[in-house]
This record gives sequence, structure tokens and C-alpha cells, in this order.
Amino acid sequence: MSKSSSKVKAGQLWSKNKDELTKQLGELKTELGQLRIQKIVSSGTKLTKIHDIRKSIARVLTVINAKQRAQLRLFYKNKKYIPLDLRAKQTRAIRRRLSKEDASRVLEKTKKRQTHFPQRKFAVKAHLRKAKYPCRFGSKLQTVLSRCRCKLLLLLLHLFLDSKLHELNLGERHHHPPKATMSADPLQALASAGKGKSTRSVLRVIILALIAGAAVASRLFSVIRTCPVLYWFDPWFNFRATKYLVANGFYNFWDWFDDRTWHPLGRVTGGTLYPGLMVTSGVIYHALRALTIPVDIRNICVLLAPAFSGLTAIAAYLLTNEMTPSSSAGLLAALFMGITPGYISRSVAGSYDNEAIAIFLLVFTFFLWIKALKQGSMLWGALCALFYGYMVASWGGYAFITCLLPLHAFVLICMGRYSTRLYVAYTTWYALGTLASMQIPFVGFLPVKTSEHMPALGIFGFLQLLAFLDYIRSAIPSRQFQTFLWLFAGGTFGVGLLGLVIATSAGIIAPWGGRFYSLWDTSYAKIHIPIIASVSEHQPTAWPAFFFDLNMLIWLFPVGVYLCFQQLADEHVFIVVYALFGSYFAGVMVRLMLTLTPVVCVAAAIAVSTLLDTYLNRKSPKPEDSQTVEGAEGKKASKSGLKATSKPVVGVYGLWGKGMVVSALAVYLLLFVLHCTWVTSNAYSSPSVVLASRMPDGSQHIIDDYREAYQWLRQNTREDAKIMSWWDYGYQIGGMADRPTLVDNNTWNNTHIATVGKAMSSSEEVSYPIMRQHEVDYVLVVFGGLLGYSGDDINKFLWMVRIAEGIWPDEISERSFFTPRGEYRVDGEATETMKNSLMYKMSYYNYNNLFPAGQAVDRMRNVRLPDVGPTLSTLEEAFTSENWIIRIYKVKDLDNIGRDHMSAAAFDRGHKKKKVMKKRGPRVLRVD
Amino acid sequence: MAPKQRNTTAAAPPPATSTSTSTPTPSTSSSQPTTAAAAATTAPSKPRLTAGGQPQTLDRIVANVAAHYLDTTPQRTKLLDAFMAFLVAAGALQFLYCVLAGNYPFNAFLSGFSATVGQFVLTASLRIQTTEANKSDFPNVSPERAFADYVVCSLILHFFCVNFIN
Repeated sequence: MSKSSSKVKAGQLWSKNKDELTKQLGELKTELGQLRIQKIVSSGTKLTKIHDIRKSIARVLTVINAKQRAQLRLFYKNKKYIPLDLRAKQTRAIRRRLSKEDASRVLEKTKKRQTHFPQRKFAVKAHLRKAKYPCRFGSKLQTVLSRCRCKLLLLLLHLFLDSKLHELNLGERHHHPPKATMSADPLQALASAGKGKSTRSVLRVIILALIAGAAVASRLFSVIRTCPVLYWFDPWFNFRATKYLVANGFYNFWDWFDDRTWHPLGRVTGGTLYPGLMVTSGVIYHALRALTIPVDIRNICVLLAPAFSGLTAIAAYLLTNEMTPSSSAGLLAALFMGITPGYISRSVAGSYDNEAIAIFLLVFTFFLWIKALKQGSMLWGALCALFYGYMVASWGGYAFITCLLPLHAFVLICMGRYSTRLYVAYTTWYALGTLASMQIPFVGFLPVKTSEHMPALGIFGFLQLLAFLDYIRSAIPSRQFQTFLWLFAGGTFGVGLLGLVIATSAGIIAPWGGRFYSLWDTSYAKIHIPIIASVSEHQPTAWPAFFFDLNMLIWLFPVGVYLCFQQLADEHVFIVVYALFGSYFAGVMVRLMLTLTPVVCVAAAIAVSTLLDTYLNRKSPKPEDSQTVEGAEGKKASKSGLKATSKPVVGVYGLWGKGMVVSALAVYLLLFVLHCTWVTSNAYSSPSVVLASRMPDGSQHIIDDYREAYQWLRQNTREDAKIMSWWDYGYQIGGMADRPTLVDNNTWNNTHIATVGKAMSSSEEVSYPIMRQHEVDYVLVVFGGLLGYSGDDINKFLWMVRIAEGIWPDEISERSFFTPRGEYRVDGEATETMKNSLMYKMSYYNYNNLFPAGQAVDRMRNVRLPDVGPTLSTLEEAFTSENWIIRIYKVKDLDNIGRDHMSAAAFDRGHKKKKVMKKRGPRVLRVD
Repeated sequence: MAPKQRNTTAAAPPPATSTSTSTPTPSTSSSQPTTAAAAATTAPSKPRLTAGGQPQTLDRIVANVAAHYLDTTPQRTKLLDAFMAFLVAAGALQFLYCVLAGNYPFNAFLSGFSATVGQFVLTASLRIQTTEANKSDFPNVSPERAFADYVVCSLILHFFCVNFIN
């Protein structure tokens, strides 16, 4: 007993055999029995041992059992049947699971439902519904598409080189037939040339189609990533106007008076916009409807820009073909035009802006102009004028054409290249084009009244003189003509100049517009017209932007211009003039990079194709042997020929040199394609209304505050609630929230904008009456402090101040928003004016509550904010979006017992405090 | 050639015309179509006014031009010239009205005036393209093609004018 009283260890038991175990079991059991008796008698002392012994028994039993099972296992090892409890088991859950067949059984009703209403794999989201998470299918599609695109471009390049080689083999004979060959076998040469020509034209068409396809495809990133959503500002207005046009017809659109913008004033929208874009999409819409293809007008708007970019590529091809006989230059130009980021920046899907179609029109008008000039044909001139009219209807940048064509004509005249062709082309274009441009109500009489259009008129008159002189010269001997010319030219010039000066000073011809001055003096706008300078796309271009937007084209561009100088026919002069003009303006304004891009593409294409032609086509200089010359044409054929007459060729004629240059060029082209894809995908394909950001784990996170807020406005405010915001957001509010606004992106009324600026930048006492007068119901501000979003109103605030100061210099002063040390601060050291301004208060109202006390931080400007946030008494917070980007405040009505808002608010606050004080104060019994 | 005339008539001061036109007309020739002669002569009249010094040379120049014109111009072209002279007259009349009586329906004035100017320019182009001497400049344009172009362009021009006239 005493021996077994100690605890049994399982480790010791394993070594014992069955009998010993049974024996020990018996001993333990008896001991347990004795202990139990003792327990009943309650005489024993070691009752606590009962527990140990029970455990010991269990251990012994366990070991016995395990040994038994081990024996049985051995016994059954190779038997056919094993007892159930010895077989391997799965987990309980698995054993109890339904069989596959049972699990897949479905009720009849469910089955029907599934067949009739299958789950949609992906849905095109309505533009106002929130797209928080991009659907999985979309991302898959995206990868597939980007892969396809890469392949497409590679294929293109391949095809291009192919055609190049092809041209070498077959076409070369046709283009510059060496005399020896011609005399040797003219028949054969003709036959092969004919065959080559047709093959090449087929190839060319295919390549062009592919380029257009690539141009369209590369602009679809944003559609695939998020959903078909329109971009930033202007597209929303254009979209709204298009909807109006489609719904109400053309004539109503023409006379459209919009009372939902510029609140008390309204806007004569039909007369103050360029209708080309809306009419184009309206026409497409109705055409598709007529073909019984039901398409939502929104999708047309989103996809219009990519579609037109395909056309632009083709127009670039045509334009370049006029410049050089080599057809590869045209194809290259089309390719460049199709994928250059400088153009993509304004033509991705969803950027439904005037530029979307205007660049196509620009390039095509230039093509028609060159064609008209070369042929001296009235018909081409008229076509040019018609497209010029279309351009005028579409974009304010038409002035670029209006200035460039006269400049070209003028340069030609100065070079002594006046020709009757120039006369026919220019006068036809001017007479018809000016009339066409005057049809647009927004342009109206400008072509005869403003100075921007005067050069065109002047050249028109000048050409008449020249034509007259030309006639006289042919009529009389040259001595007489000399004297005549001097008298005549001097007299007319004097009279003309006098007339112009008088007309300008008398105010018949308007002086140059502000935007025009800002083109010459980049700081002009900053000083005189803050509203123009405040737009970021009117800033001067930064140097890296050129490389970013044009990549390798920017260094090929001068080469192309140089090559134009070498030939210098009329059309090459055009490229040179355009290049100079365009580069200057692209340097002045970021936005005008767009007008430079076509000429860069054309010039670069000329450069590349000349290089390729030089290195692929150059024949060995052995004129004495016609056999060799002929052999050198076709590369494959050349091998034997060259070897037969073998002399090692050196320099550009060697295979090595050719190979090196061509492959280097191919690498550059590839890099260019990669760069373009990268830029397009990363820089130009976020719709800005929906901000895409990356989570720390690399997944995409979509910040959709704008649409959230606009949807809130749409659903929670009255139909005619007036929203006051800075003008940047006017179009969006009009388009997405469908509420009237005070000011919007059509900045036609500077004073009205300044009024809003004043309301934003003054204190509440001043701005409340302003808001009441304009019947403002809600005020919307954009605040990026929480998210670190840079385009917010505090960053734009100085422009509001400046614009307001321009109208009320006595009441608003920019200086008072800067600290004495000249810093623009928003933290505790901000100036009093700043802290009291409505904008500051609205931005930071309640912002402190997000953070632990004393730790409020503005992440955009990286400053710590004061502990006590601003208080608002005339506004109340109505809505703040998820990431605090948009904050909407409701303007309080007048106090119903006639107090002013300050005291009412103070009373509210004070009231609470008093209550607290009362509770804490000593209670006193009231004694009567 | 003729395109100058619009400018001259617009710009030349009225007193000059009386003296200058009187001298050259008898000197040129007796049996010419009047309109064409007027077109040819009014233009050189003005520089003579500004110079004033050498009436003799100018007279000779004018005479030469007129002789050349009469010698080389075919009948059809003269017809065109007559039309152009008419257009110049119409344009000048409108301009005069605009200066004297004000430009109130500015749309109407503009479309009328630009119709004459445009038509004038187009006719001048047609004249240039159909002249034998300029054949080398326009390898692709036959006279028939030129006329077709002319018709199309005129249609476009007048469409715009009518649309603009209000």
C-alpha cells in the first residue's frame, strides 16, 4: 500500500507487461475501496489521495487499452477487414457533412430564380452612384486590355518595320529608279512597282487602322479602372449642356437661358459657349439612334475624346504626307500623335472637353490649308474654311489658326514666294472662314473688331495689293514698274497704318484682350487679372513638363525642323513657322502644350523616317557597276550580289552601321511606347472626381468624397437651394448635384466671383449679409487637411483674397492674411483676419474633435492647429464627407426673436455653461 | 490686276478722283469697254496723287497698262472683269452708306459687304486660274474644274451670308 501510494507515472507503465499492469490495477482498486470506506467512516487521514488514485487507475487503464490496440493493429495489419474503431477517421465535421450530391440540390423555385435573374458579373455604374470598390471583373479586364495594348503596339512597330523593309525591296525602285535599272528592264521594274504599290497601300491602311485603334485603346484606362465618369470641371458643364441639347433640340439650345447658374444673374448659355462639342455628340447620338443603336448620351460623352483622337492620328498622317514623299513619315506621325502624352492629357475617356475635338480640327484644318496652298484650289480652300468654322465653333483656341495662317502667308511673301496659288488659297480661306466664324453667336463680330483678328485681315488686304502689283508687273517694263512700285507701296502702307491707328484709338477696333497680353508678359495676368492667373493651366510651363509630355519627340523635334529647312518648300515653311510659334506659346502656358504637340509629332516623324530611310535605303556608291546597284536595293538579294563583287563596304553603307542605328532607333521607339503607356496610366487616367490612392498593402483605395457630397446635396436639399462655393466647383455642382450655384467655371463675371471671394475671406459679420442678399442656402468648402489633399480651398484661398481685393481694395487686403514675417499660416500664429475669415472657420470647424486634445494636425500643411477650434454663429454644419474633403454648411435663417446671430450663439453657449455652474454651486434653501 | 480697287476706292479722298481720272481716260484709247477701263485706271490714280512730281511717267505707265490689258485679255475674262468692277462698286456703295448713315443693322452690313468682298475674291481666283499665263501654277486645275470650284464656293459663301443677315 505504501508502495503504491505514490503517484503512478505513465512513463513507467509502458515498460510493464499485461499481467503486471492488471496486478497494479487490482492493487490500486483495492486501495481506492479502502479509502472510500475510510471516507464513510471518516476516520482516515489521507482522503485527499482518492483523487490521485483515481487518476492513477485511469492511467493504467489507458496504457492497458493502448497496448491492446497496438496488439490488435499488429494482428490486423494485413487483413482484409479492419474493425471500425481501428480504421482512420476524418474530423467530426467532415464526417457529418452533406454529400456533394445533397449539397448541390436546389429548390425548384431557386432554380428558376437563378436562370431568370442571374447575378450580374459587372455593371456599368450610374455616374452618381458610389463606386467604392472596383469590381473584380474590371481589374481582370484591365490587365487583359493592357496586355493587349502592349501587344498591339509591338505588332504595330513590327508591321511598320515590315512595311519599311517592304518598301525597300519593292517600292524603292519605283521611287528613285536608278537609271541603269530602268534602261535594263523597265517592264519588270514596272510590274514589281505596281505590285508593291498595292501591297503597300493595303499595309498602310491596316497600319493606320491599328494606330487609330491603339490611340483609342490607350485612352480607356480610367473607364476600366473605375467606371465611365467624367473628369474634373468643364466636362460636367459640357455634359449638362449636351443633355439639354438632346432633350430640348437645337433651337432651344441656341436660345438657352440658364437660370440655375450665376444665381441672381443667370447666364445666356446658348450665346456664350462654343457649341461644336455638344452639337457633335448630339449628332452622333441621333445618328446612332437612327441606326437603332440605343446608346446613353453619357457614354457618347465619355468616349467622344478617344474616338476623335483616332481621327487626329489619321489627320496627322495626312498632314505629314504633304510634307515628305516618304509614306513612313506619315505613319510614324500618326503613331506619335496617337500616343503622345501631351495630347492624351486632354483626350482620355471622360475628359469631355472642347479640346477633345478641337485638336483633330486643328490638325485637319492645317492639312487642308497645305493642300489648298499646294494645289491653289478654291475647293480645298473652301474645305479649309469650313473646318476652320467648325473649329471656331468648338474651341477658343481657334485664334491660333487665325494667327498662324496669316503668319505663314506673310513669311512666304517676305521670302519672295508670293504666288497666285497663295492668293487663291488664302483669300478663299479668309473670305469664307471669317464668315463661317461669325455664325457662332459667341464669336459674333469679333473677327472684324478685335486686334487678334486684324493680322488675318491685314494679310488679306496685302494680298490684294500684291496680286494687283503682280498683274501690273506683267503688263509694263520693269523700269517703269520700279518707280510705280515705290510710290504705290509707300502710299498704301502709310494710309493703311494711319487708318489702323485711328481706328484703334477711336475704339472701333478693340485693343488686345487680357489673355492676349498674358501671352507676351507672363507676369501680366498675375498683376492685372488674377482670375486668369488663378487657373493652373494658365501658368507658364515647367521644363520637365516638356519631356514628360513629349519624351523623345522633344529632341527629335529640332531635327525635324532642321530637315524642313533643308527642303524649304512652302509647306515646310509652314512647319517651321508653326514650330516657332507653337514652342513659344507652349512655353508661356501649360495648356498650349496641346497646340505644340501636333507639330512636334510631325517634325519628329520626319526626322525618324529620314534617319530610317538614310540607313535602310542607302546604296553602296558604285555607279560603275549597275549589277551591284540593283543588288543593293533588296537587302536579301544584296548579299550574293555584294559578295560576288565583294569589296568590304564601310561607313553608313556597312551592314553593321545600318544595324546599329536601326536597332538603336527601334529601342528608342520602344522606350517611347513604354513611357507613353506609363504616363497615361499613372498621370492622366485618374478622373480627379474620384481620387484613387494606394493602401499600405498596395491595394487600390478609392476616395469618393465629391460624389458622396454631391449626392447628399441632391437628396437632402430643396430643388432650388442655392449653393455658394468657389467657382472651381460650380460646374460640378450644376452637373452632379443639379443645384443652382452662384459662380461657376465660366468666369464671365469677375465682380460676381469677387463677391463670393469677399464672402469667403471676410468675417462672419460681413459675409452673412452678402449671403443673405444672394439667397445662399448652403456653403460648400473643400478641405484637404485630414487627407493631405492639396487641391483644397485653403490653398486656393489667396486667389479668392486677391480677386476680392481687385474689386474692394478698401475692405480686403491680401497683406493682412500674412503674418508680419510674410508667412501664410493656418496654425496658432495665423493672423486675426485669417482666423476670422469664413473660409478658415468653415475649414477647421470641429476639426479638433477628431484628435486627442492638443494634437489636431493639418496633414496637408503639416502644422499643428490651436487647441480651441473656431466657432461659427451664422452657419451650421450640415454635412461632412467621409474623408472630410467636402464640408457643407447651412446658412442660418434670421433669429426668430430678433437677436443677431452672434449674441444668439453666445447665448446658447453661455446658457449651457451657466447650467453647469448652477449645478456645481451650493444649494441654498429658498426661504420665503 | 484688279483686286486693288476696293481698297483704293475706300481710301482715296474724294477730291483727287476728279482730276486724276480726267487726264488718263482720253489718253488711253477711245473704243474700250468702259467698266474695264475704269477698273484699270482708278487704281493707279492714287499714287500719282501722293507723288505728284512725275505726271509724265505715270501717264506712260497707265497707258502701257491699258494697252497691255486690251491686247492680251480674252473676251470671257473681260466679262469677269466687268463683274468684278460691279462688285467693287457695290462694296464701295455699302461702305459709303455705312460711314455716312451709320452701321446700325451691323449684321446686315457685314453680310452684305462680305458677300461682295467674298464674291470679288472668288471671281479673282477664277480669273487667275483660267488665265493662260498662270497655267504652270495650277497643274491640277483645268478651267472647268476652276468653274466648278467657283460655283461650290459661291454657294457656301451665300449660304453663310443669308444665314448671317438676320
